[in-house]
Amino acid sequence: MKIAVTGLNNVDNPGPGVPVIRGIKEEGRFDAEIIGLIYDALEPGAYMKEVSDRNYLIPYPSSGLDNLFERLAYIHQVEKIDVLIPTLDAELYGFAKLSSKLESIGIKTFLPTKEQLDLRAKDKLFKFCTDNDIKVPENILAASIQDLYSISSKFSYPVVVKGIFYDAYIANNLDDAVSAFHKINLKWGLPIIIQEFIQGDEFNVAALGDGTGKTVGAVGMRKLFITDKGKGWAGISIDDPVLISLSEKIIEKLNWKSGAELEFIKEKERNEYYLVEINPRFPAWVYLAVASGQNLPAALVDLALGNNVEKFSSYEVGKIFIRYSWDLITDINKFEQITVNGVLNNG
Amino acid sequence: MSNYKVAENLAISETGFMFLPGTGETFTSNEIGKTIIRMIQNGDSNEKIIEAITKGYNVEPNSFEKDLSDFIHQLIQYNLAEEL
Repeated sequence: MKIAVTGLNNVDNPGPGVPVIRGIKEEGRFDAEIIGLIYDALEPGAYMKEVSDRNYLIPYPSSGLDNLFERLAYIHQVEKIDVLIPTLDAELYGFAKLSSKLESIGIKTFLPTKEQLDLRAKDKLFKFCTDNDIKVPENILAASIQDLYSISSKFSYPVVVKGIFYDAYIANNLDDAVSAFHKINLKWGLPIIIQEFIQGDEFNVAALGDGTGKTVGAVGMRKLFITDKGKGWAGISIDDPVLISLSEKIIEKLNWKSGAELEFIKEKERNEYYLVEINPRFPAWVYLAVASGQNLPAALVDLALGNNVEKFSSYEVGKIFIRYSWDLITDINKFEQITVNGVLNNG
Repeated sequence: MSNYKVAENLAISETGFMFLPGTGETFTSNEIGKTIIRMIQNGDSNEKIIEAITKGYNVEPNSFEKDLSDFIHQLIQYNLAEEL
């Protein structure tokens, strides 16, 4: 079987591709060859022969979905891909739109619909939560600097300034908010989300929904070490039935179909969970779920193939992941292969 | 009867390493701390804890009573225990 995966950018803010592949490879049933789909010639996962067998450069969805489909169709002609797993937020709308075309040429996916993606989008999350009685920080959608002047009438500082796809800054005053607005606007465009800052600890859940409202699996995690980009560099699996049942409620309300990462803040005073984000793909720490007993990436492959998947009933608590960096040495001819031909063979 | 209750599911190892599975928080305590927590878990009263520790570790009951109160206050602060 051949499984194509994106998000091999295992950098300081890593994509989930490598841990997704690691989970799939550990599930021996698939005997999978992995086809890495990369946007940049230096995505580290492409050079890791224990991770990917062959890698292909693909165009960004923003360059046009026809271009992307054409390239995928070519790769499929060569490789005969069975399942394709996109793992990056910014590409998911594109792949969701292409899913039926991909299916028509024989590539299976297991993706949320555009409507599902819209419901959990950062600018729509507040409405989804209030409609479904889920606690959520209040927010303002800022389309211009003028909108930032209303912050102090609605919230007290600090506030969280967020991009529509990525990036978040804590702003302690209007100057900070303006500076964060400019930085994010330059990179990710508008609107910018100004979110109420909830004092408390962050808890995350890696989950998989089967598209009918059922949660196939969900593993809770608390970050033990956070980088300056706010990314978890170490974390531990935790046991909180409230967190898991809240996650299952969210998956059910969305009829979520795919992997997801739910981000919560547990408010200090009342010990209540506030949903701050739903990322529409597995997190980069998803291998912790695999190591804790829920191989969510492998279950997603089964769902994509139309296989029956049983709900995971438990997982091991107290498992820790610690990320590390490692200098992979390769030869210039590998870099040449991917740069000139758009293909890198690790065989 | 203990005046306090240790957090449910608190795991404490032989080395005094503690883990709260619900939040993922970890703590360490020394031998005396571990003994006190175990005694609270067993439902022992403050009086019994004071008696056991002052006998076992050669400390003055009067000064230890205050130390015990401070220690329990810390446990409560970290959500490791609560007053009954």
